[in-house]
Amino acid sequence: MSHTDRRKFLTTTATVAAGAATGAIFAPAVHAQAWSNQPEKGARLRVLRWSRFVQGDIDQYMKNVAAFTAKTGIEVRVDNESWEDVRPKAAVAANTGAGPDIILSTHDDANLYPEKLVDVTDLCNYLGRKYGGWYPVCEAYLRPNGKNWIGVPFGCAGNTLVYRESHMKAAGFSTFPRDTDGFLKLMKALKEKGTPGGFALGNATGDGNVWTHWLLWSHGGQLVDKDNKVVINSPQTVKALEYARELYQTFVPGTLSWLDPNNNKAFLDDQCSVTANGISVYYAAKTSKDPKLQAMVADINHANMPIGPAGVPTELNLFFNQMIFKHSKYPKAAKEFIRFMMEEEQYGPWMQAAIGYVTQPLVAFEKNPIWTVDPKHTPYRDAMKIMRPIGYAGKMGYASAGAAADFIVVNMVAEAGSGARSPQEAAERAQKRAERYYKV
Amino acid sequence: MTLLQRLENSRNALGLLFLLPAAALLLFFLTYPLGLGIWLGFTDTKVGRAGVWVGLENYEYLFGDSVARLSLFNTVFYTAVASVVKFVLGLWLALLLNKHMPFKAFIRAIVLLPFIVPTALSAIAFWWIYDAQFSVISWTLMKMGLIDRYIDFLGDPWNARFSVIAANVWRGVPFVAICLLAGLQTISPSYYEAASLDGATPWQQFRFVTLPLLTPIIAVVMTFSVLFTFTDFQLIYVLTRGGPLNATHLMATLSFQRAIPGGSLGEGAALAVAMVPFLLAAILFSYFGLQRRAWQQGGKD
Repeated sequence: MSHTDRRKFLTTTATVAAGAATGAIFAPAVHAQAWSNQPEKGARLRVLRWSRFVQGDIDQYMKNVAAFTAKTGIEVRVDNESWEDVRPKAAVAANTGAGPDIILSTHDDANLYPEKLVDVTDLCNYLGRKYGGWYPVCEAYLRPNGKNWIGVPFGCAGNTLVYRESHMKAAGFSTFPRDTDGFLKLMKALKEKGTPGGFALGNATGDGNVWTHWLLWSHGGQLVDKDNKVVINSPQTVKALEYARELYQTFVPGTLSWLDPNNNKAFLDDQCSVTANGISVYYAAKTSKDPKLQAMVADINHANMPIGPAGVPTELNLFFNQMIFKHSKYPKAAKEFIRFMMEEEQYGPWMQAAIGYVTQPLVAFEKNPIWTVDPKHTPYRDAMKIMRPIGYAGKMGYASAGAAADFIVVNMVAEAGSGARSPQEAAERAQKRAERYYKV
Repeated sequence: MTLLQRLENSRNALGLLFLLPAAALLLFFLTYPLGLGIWLGFTDTKVGRAGVWVGLENYEYLFGDSVARLSLFNTVFYTAVASVVKFVLGLWLALLLNKHMPFKAFIRAIVLLPFIVPTALSAIAFWWIYDAQFSVISWTLMKMGLIDRYIDFLGDPWNARFSVIAANVWRGVPFVAICLLAGLQTISPSYYEAASLDGATPWQQFRFVTLPLLTPIIAVVMTFSVLFTFTDFQLIYVLTRGGPLNATHLMATLSFQRAIPGGSLGEGAALAVAMVPFLLAAILFSYFGLQRRAWQQGGKD
């Protein structure tokens, strides 16, 4: 493909985008900036991403990639790895200066080697202006100095409470409680009715971290303060752990051994009435041919995590980023690729194909029909709006990554919840363990 | 005489030459990674960032870390209990298999099955067996009315320790049994004939004929068994990931958790290197066990 063709394509897409901006959906984006970027001649790209949680995700993603290649002539090779394996691979690529041009990774990865990443401030500004801005949590992850973007937010895997409507009603609740007190009452009532809920307390990287961080934050506790000083041994944490102790006694037996898949299995087998999870439980039931699960579909519903004494939503979700590495020979082509994938024409259908598993980082995409086509999807829409970053309220880096990987918060809640240690002891121990990571 | 001819006629030079391929392999695939691991243990290398020499800091740090100390205890406990049980069951199985019975070859082949199945696969099977909600053991006992609630195999620290040990034993017994069976078959029947003519009881035959003659094999087999068990990783990683409350974290799994997902390569390497003294002790044990062979053949230590 020649130069002129590519330029023509860029102007065309800009016009299309401007056209979309005048539509009802993107009404406020009047001052959408034109995007100009000239990919390198003969560019080829290698992308490493986390492997799909739902098949529709990768199918549509690859369709978008093919559309990009068709329009620009830039070949793109996409490799998939389990999301937990992307982290070490990305780090090695950063260290050795070789490997994929673009890596789609999770949480605080970009903060481990910011100097190895291409500055994408222009791209993020362009996308932000065009699509109603980024949610604040995106800046916490990828704009560490408040000015420069070190990666482009890609979205997050939202978590909500997944519950059985009929069991909740049988326990005497007409709507799902919005605060932690009401939630505890519901959990106790469910236990009495013989239909208890349960949350993963084993070393479960995804589900364990997500709900225990919510619990800690909901009571005003946090691992570190703004200056990365460890402050987990606090009265708020102890309160959170006392709450955890009461909550744990309402759980299905065996949650201390639960890894990521356990709650899905137990829920779908009618053994667990409330748990925290992505939309996958609902979809497993919806797409199943088993009549038992088909009957369960209507009874499954979702609610955002309750609000505790902290007074604000305090969720943690799995954040996804897109990083361009400085070792890439084609940084402009890489930027062009990410821009293309993030434009409404591509990102919108992709969100729909991912059936609500991925929540958008850009405010305008809230209007995507996936969130309203089924009212049960709606709670996942706000995942990025109400989440806090990992390592809250400190700065991200090796300490936050190490502390999370070592399950400090999960272990603390498990110890206090199960009664293996008193809340005070568990908080002290977590303080000691976290201080080792946040040592100066 | 040309240089080539001189080389061909020199035993020493030729020996060195023939040793080269093996030495190169060992150097590249054994010495280099081991050396690199030891080196990393003395640095603060992170995944994705080169480190600087920090001396013994990683080791001091790990010594003060309650989770690392717990993993040491877990590893020693796991290895000790699993190895003893594997030895007793393996020896027993070998003695049984050594008897004359129908379909001998077939049964011996079947016994090896647990050892052949890839660890990750058998671990997944055990994961279901031990599942808090779907355990077949709990289900059966419930149906028989023996228990009134599901057993929390992996949710209680001590239950979890014994559960993973049981899974390890199931996997390891065939190896021990088959090796000991090979050892048993090298013992000449004439010893037993002589012993029975002297009026030895079956126990005495075992104690004074079988056991001493089997000792060299036992030493080798148990060394391998201890090494495999001490460095076990897959089983734990699939079953518990080190949980609950880190009660089943072995040094190998914790080393991985710290080094790769946690990003602290240096610390993970130090933890892995800390396993070496224990493994060395096991090898020395085997060495001295082997020495007894000379003694058994009538020589002196």
